[in-house]
Amino acid sequence: MVPTNYYLILSAILFGLGVLAFVFKRNVITIFMAIELMLNAVNLAFVAFSRALGKSDGEVFVLFVIIVAAAEAAVGLGIIILTARNRRSLNVERVDLLKL
Amino acid sequence: MTASVIIFFVLAALAVLASVSLILQRHPIHSALSLIVVMVALAGLYLLMGAEFVAAVQIIVYGGAVMVLFVFVIMLLNAGEEERTNFSKLATFGGIPLALALSGMIAAGIARSSSQLATSPATAEGAISSTRQLSMLLFKDFVYPFELTSFLILIAILGAIVLAQREN
Amino acid sequence: MSEFLAKYAFLIVPLIKVAILVFAVLTVDAYLTWLERKVIAHIQARWGPHRVGPHGLLQPLADGIKFILKEDPMPAGVDKIGYFLAPFLTLTLAVTSLSVIPFGPDIKAFGYVTNFGIADVNVSLLVLFAITALGVYGVALAGWASNNKYSLLGGLRSSAQMISYELALTLSVVGVLLIAGDLSLKHIVEYQENGNLGLLGWNLFGFAKDHAGFTQIIGFVCFFIAAIAETNRVPFDLPEAESELVAGFHTEYASMKFAMFFIGEYTSMIAVSCLATILFFGGWLSPFPAYWTFTHYLPSVILIPFGLWVIFDGVRYETIFGRILLPGVGATLTAIGAALFLFPAANDVIQGPFWFFAKVFVFLFFYIWMRGTLPRFRYDQLMDFGWKILLPVSIGNVVLTSAFLLWRMH
Repeated sequence: MVPTNYYLILSAILFGLGVLAFVFKRNVITIFMAIELMLNAVNLAFVAFSRALGKSDGEVFVLFVIIVAAAEAAVGLGIIILTARNRRSLNVERVDLLKL
Repeated sequence: MTASVIIFFVLAALAVLASVSLILQRHPIHSALSLIVVMVALAGLYLLMGAEFVAAVQIIVYGGAVMVLFVFVIMLLNAGEEERTNFSKLATFGGIPLALALSGMIAAGIARSSSQLATSPATAEGAISSTRQLSMLLFKDFVYPFELTSFLILIAILGAIVLAQREN
Repeated sequence: MSEFLAKYAFLIVPLIKVAILVFAVLTVDAYLTWLERKVIAHIQARWGPHRVGPHGLLQPLADGIKFILKEDPMPAGVDKIGYFLAPFLTLTLAVTSLSVIPFGPDIKAFGYVTNFGIADVNVSLLVLFAITALGVYGVALAGWASNNKYSLLGGLRSSAQMISYELALTLSVVGVLLIAGDLSLKHIVEYQENGNLGLLGWNLFGFAKDHAGFTQIIGFVCFFIAAIAETNRVPFDLPEAESELVAGFHTEYASMKFAMFFIGEYTSMIAVSCLATILFFGGWLSPFPAYWTFTHYLPSVILIPFGLWVIFDGVRYETIFGRILLPGVGATLTAIGAALFLFPAANDVIQGPFWFFAKVFVFLFFYIWMRGTLPRFRYDQLMDFGWKILLPVSIGNVVLTSAFLLWRMH
């Protein structure tokens, strides 16, 4: 039996690494992937609590998070493709003006 | 050290190493591959906890559809390696220690808590399987959000189609 | 010694099963290539390989030696991680998908009951779909990492095709899940058991004994078509067609890495055929009613005449090597058939796997037959078919099955 704390600590570490990747990477797609990593860390915490309490409510919420993340990835990547085509660069530091 | 704890540490180490690799790799496709490894490791952890359906859905949807979308976009946009621009030194020398301190404080707070919950991987004898329990919840108590997510996916599909249209 | 074995049996038995399975799968793959070349050749009114060994039976061995000894070049400018990872991923995922398939009922030996497959998971069907979903990466990475426009095009087309048909594949199985109510492949087979009607209890016909069932013919047709598209076989093999895109996503791969793609494709063909027999054709169940116990001798009835015919054909073969090898093979087959006839215990064990492998063989033959007969789809026809025809028909099957089951429950 693995204590719940182990899973929560792992979730916190993964979340922190996701924040690091979000802040320090310059490619907009990599930043988006860091968001997915943070969502995954949160999913892990949900499932850990769900199994610890014996109910399946947490797992239902994890399913919803996965579905919403998939929808968000689809639309977000569409936006990224359009923006990248307009500015011809995937570097977020070049997207610092409202005007093209 | 039971077998469960050993497997937990192996999968946790794999997940953390893959996340570190996501940060350190220069080409976005290698970061995408690292993220896929993280997701598979997390699916293994869900299996260890006994949530089999969530583990399978994680691999099928997240690892097999969302990440494929990422990989396709990286291939289509021909994203090259990251440039080495140094717009801010404060971020590097102030940011990394702060981010590590954030996760360290959360982890320490959790470790010091006196909660006695333990995740039980196996259901009791005669209990219904976790998939069945999950589906009963999903289709009885949570049926309204479930139908709403189908609308959400429809809206996302429409949005993606509109965004991907060529300008005429 | 026996206490050590008893204590660690849960670890040793799966290891033995894994070793047997890997060895068996690689051999079956090799001889599947032989069968394919011979069958397609005979469809096209020619002989196929018949020089290397009697009837070309040693051709796979020659191919294997060629793959090992040939130079394995790596083109300049490839992305090294992706280039090395792609064939490895394809092969590993394909062979892993065979680990959750039950080849027969439980084995009871030496007082130890064990599953006839390697892993008995509650959600084995979902595990198979997860592995299929991950298989897209092998193709996409191979196409992109090769630093070649044609490979990239072939890889992108092939992965788009695989993702589109994955939806129809998953939905066409939901009808079976509604009937069986369980995700475990072993339980799905056990639900199709109908002692008196035999064949009709299978999910294809749907007259199961204790619970309501509905014929899953539409589901089976959708599943099989989607499975052919998933494994990139004719008529859906535009991404790797030789006349269209050089060789598609595996253009830049040679020798051992190409062999890994090749073996991965044939292994996923075998996995999908096993899945089709389990879900729709009753797995290891016999098509005859249970009280026709004389059908238990069918393996012997097939093996003994076949072995005698091989001996008879072998002694008149052209080459000396054939005159030695073929009668030897024939004698082995006849001996196995006679042993099954004389030892009922062995005969009982072999019943389940015999029917399972017979059905899988029929599906594989059907795959090869289609390759020799049908032309290939154009890419836009392929995508149209997947999204506009196959997906709605699968969803219609789900609706129909659930309506029927609801009506039966009242």
